[in-house]
Amino acid sequence: MKKLPFERPIIKKLNVGISNKFGLKTELEPITHIDNVSVSELIKEHGSPLFVISESTVRRTVQEARRAFETRYPKVQFAWSYKTNYLDAVCRIFHQEGSWAEVVSRYEYDKALSNGVEGAKIIFNGPDKTAEDLKIASENNSLIHIDHFDELYTLIEIAGKLKKKPRVAIRVNMDTGVHPQWDRFGFNFENGEAWEAITKIMSSGKLEFVGLHTHIGTFMLTASAYEKAAGKLASLAVDFKKTYGKNVSYIDMGGGFASHNTLKGAYLTGKDTAPSFDEYAEAITNALTNSKLDPDNMPLLILETGRALIDEAGYLLGTVIANKKLSDGRHSTIVNFGVNILFTAFWYEHQINPEKEYSQSSETTVMYGPLCMNIDQIRDSIQLPPLKKDDNIIVSSVGAYNMTQWMQFITLRPRVVLIDVSGGVHVIRKNETNKDITALESVPGHLAKI
Amino acid sequence: MKVNKNIAVSESGFLFDSMSGDSYSLNPIAAEIIGMLREQKSVEDIKKTLLEKYEVTQTVLDKSVDEYIFTLKKLNIVK
Repeated sequence: MKKLPFERPIIKKLNVGISNKFGLKTELEPITHIDNVSVSELIKEHGSPLFVISESTVRRTVQEARRAFETRYPKVQFAWSYKTNYLDAVCRIFHQEGSWAEVVSRYEYDKALSNGVEGAKIIFNGPDKTAEDLKIASENNSLIHIDHFDELYTLIEIAGKLKKKPRVAIRVNMDTGVHPQWDRFGFNFENGEAWEAITKIMSSGKLEFVGLHTHIGTFMLTASAYEKAAGKLASLAVDFKKTYGKNVSYIDMGGGFASHNTLKGAYLTGKDTAPSFDEYAEAITNALTNSKLDPDNMPLLILETGRALIDEAGYLLGTVIANKKLSDGRHSTIVNFGVNILFTAFWYEHQINPEKEYSQSSETTVMYGPLCMNIDQIRDSIQLPPLKKDDNIIVSSVGAYNMTQWMQFITLRPRVVLIDVSGGVHVIRKNETNKDITALESVPGHLAKI
Repeated sequence: MKVNKNIAVSESGFLFDSMSGDSYSLNPIAAEIIGMLREQKSVEDIKKTLLEKYEVTQTVLDKSVDEYIFTLKKLNIVK
């Protein structure tokens, strides 16, 4: 006789009283397959924990974002934000979908070049560009987004020694009605610093001023902030035309679109609160088309959104190590991935599902990672079925920032696989080994013997 | 081991403690174990029955049942 599936016995006290209006969502629905590939087979083949990227989700999402903007505005260009996920395979999907590269360091810049991106299609953002970086980017005809006056003066000095004029834009920060206001990137709009930077660029005669950029914030839950920002950049472009008789080639609205993850402490889920691509597109393109920009010479609209394009395509598969009771009677579950590889657990109430069917019973549990650190907490409270040791779980929407901000801490980083559009599984980053890490170390002679 | 007399359990897994007034919900296997305890079965016999019926290793079963019995004792449901 076939044996029945086993479920850990649980007893749950029933409390009468006022609860959260929406209750705590129970994640009983199993995720058995990702893009028709069995989760248990993936773990059997590639180990646990394991990051999985769905290529079809990446392509579908970027196409959806492009549709939202291209149906509303004549000239649109996406630039893939490398810091969000710079695994080469991931970047190349975006480049195949027509995205340029947006980088914020020489490391990322060189990665974009090695991925085959033309220098002229690399946007170099960020506050840290050395003189050497600026020289290389100028020679490659890349778009240099100037962050501060020190950089501007350095670039003017470098440009004097070059045969061609570096193509530059300025980064502009501003009040968009959202707090806290991000004022650390670029030059301020309201106090006239942005205009001062433009004046300096134009008076130098050594730089080709081509664009305006802003990065108003991250995980922006209100599309109207972009409307204000686009309006302010458009007004700068109009003033530029009036003063210098030239059109600005592009307006770059940066990134910051929210994904469907739920922020910690949020009352409603991210799926209910995050604006859609259509809402962001409507806000930005309305501001540009309603501005005093010349309708026959509208600037190219560049978008550097990262998180909203990749988050939903990433999954983290993991396994339960143990269940234990805490001193106050709460239940806790220890899993084999921690905040060292799931960095976003500090920000989000990640959706976590079981891999197989359970009964309708559930329990509230605290989910901890395997690190010997008190901060290693994946969820402080989540309703899950009675998982037992060796049961598999799936964390959804982990594609953004985890595979760049992860740490080799206490343990090694796991493998990453890509499921292609035909269901083929490819290893796109191997498991780290001790040798990979210690290869960078050296032991002085007097410590050779212990 | 005995289930206290003041404990009532419904077929759907609703447990009521008439002494404390507390109520609990049980998943099917938790209710099944209480049923077997009511029949005066020993913990060892209960484990044996479950091992034959369910797809589970001895280690996982031992840990799961021992932890559950420990909780039942703490809640004064069994003694």
